[in-house]
Amino acid sequence: MCLALPAEVIALKDDGENATVSLEGVRKTISLALVDDVTVGDYVLVHVGFALAKLSAEEAAETLALMAEAGVPGAENLGGGVEGAEGTGGAA
Amino acid sequence: MKYIDEFRRHDLALNLASAIAAEAASSREYRFMEFCGGHTHAIFRYGVQDLMPPNVRFVHGPGCPVCVLPVPRIDNAIELASQPGVILATYADMMRVPATKRTSLIKAKAAGADVRMVYSTQDALKIARDNPEREVVFFAIGFETTTPATAVAMLQARTEGLANFSVFSNHVLTPPALQHLLETEDGADAARVDGFIGPSHVSTVIGSAPYEPFAAEYRRPVVIAGFEPLDVMQATLMLIRQINEGRHEVENQYIRAVTREGNRKAQKLMAEVFELRDTFEWRGLGWVPHSALKLRESFAEHDAEQRFTLTPSETRDVKGCACPAILRGLKEPSDCELFGTVCTPEAPVGACMVSSEGACAAYWSYGRFRSTSTKEEAAA
Repeated sequence: MCLALPAEVIALKDDGENATVSLEGVRKTISLALVDDVTVGDYVLVHVGFALAKLSAEEAAETLALMAEAGVPGAENLGGGVEGAEGTGGAA
Repeated sequence: MKYIDEFRRHDLALNLASAIAAEAASSREYRFMEFCGGHTHAIFRYGVQDLMPPNVRFVHGPGCPVCVLPVPRIDNAIELASQPGVILATYADMMRVPATKRTSLIKAKAAGADVRMVYSTQDALKIARDNPEREVVFFAIGFETTTPATAVAMLQARTEGLANFSVFSNHVLTPPALQHLLETEDGADAARVDGFIGPSHVSTVIGSAPYEPFAAEYRRPVVIAGFEPLDVMQATLMLIRQINEGRHEVENQYIRAVTREGNRKAQKLMAEVFELRDTFEWRGLGWVPHSALKLRESFAEHDAEQRFTLTPSETRDVKGCACPAILRGLKEPSDCELFGTVCTPEAPVGACMVSSEGACAAYWSYGRFRSTSTKEEAAA
């Protein structure tokens, strides 16, 4: 119910209240009643036909960078990873 | 950046798993409640639990609006749909939820009631415009994520003078449910939880600030997380770090969509249309004060509860169905004797099996074979 999908805005409607988005290639008209300053090329979170929020590319990149940094040194040598991860609880 | 595939990357998942394994102290257990069904779904679909050390466990919370809606409200929706001249518009999730005597909206539809599935409140408005001689009732359910869409429709209906459009409001609020879980946690029937993975899209609307009083008062960390598997894993790492450092703060992992103040425009629209109910019944949690929204008095003519006479009914949970305990994090779906035998997604007995976000549906889709083998091992 609370699921929302990121979608790219590909056109703004003339009424200024709606936009066409592309959801994995499927085009859909959604309402912009809940967001401000949306432009073509923005990614928005779409929920029950409404854009809920604009997604921030910088914040997304920062989140991914933190994930990349999170690993402990030597983690790349864990082999299967899953088994290794399970066996090292509390090792650090 | 497409915001989906990037947050499902295998290499980053292993990275996070190794960090969690390294930082989780082997001397203790970490029990985290994911409030939302969306998180439960991600944990099962992507096997996140398998990437955790054995002492890091997920407890499933009540954040599934379809699951927490009590039977009397569904009875009322069926009653509305069955009145002559009424079209009931509903999100598809509600169609198969069992009501009293195992009826449901889909069975009512089969019996002749005019029930229509809609994707958006905009579709419900269109039905009202196209059928001026009929009464169109929108069965509004959902947390703060979904409420703004109803608020917008209500204001449009007023502007357009759509006198035949009304709303049966069942919108519920996340912070009171969280507070209720924490307040009752000392009771014998309470799940022990060390921290919370906070809602994703509810938080895009209300922001991260509303959780701050709980984190401080109940000394539990809250980390707001996105619904992708890497989001859940990173939030878990952040919770482990908070606990190891003795902190209990609200942190935001989902910074690409959530701010501290949330979506002010959506909040303003909700406040214009809705006000707090004194109390509301939740499946699993019982009556929770100030936990739901009703239409303001100025929208009385569009309020289905005022426009139609609804018969009060009582909640009688199905015998043997563990859904109420599962929603409180007390039981797992595999603890329920009906799970996978008489209760399946095709023929659901409890609401937790109906909604794709329900814990039972997630176990059934992605974890039922594993839980069976675990049970057999335990029995052996």
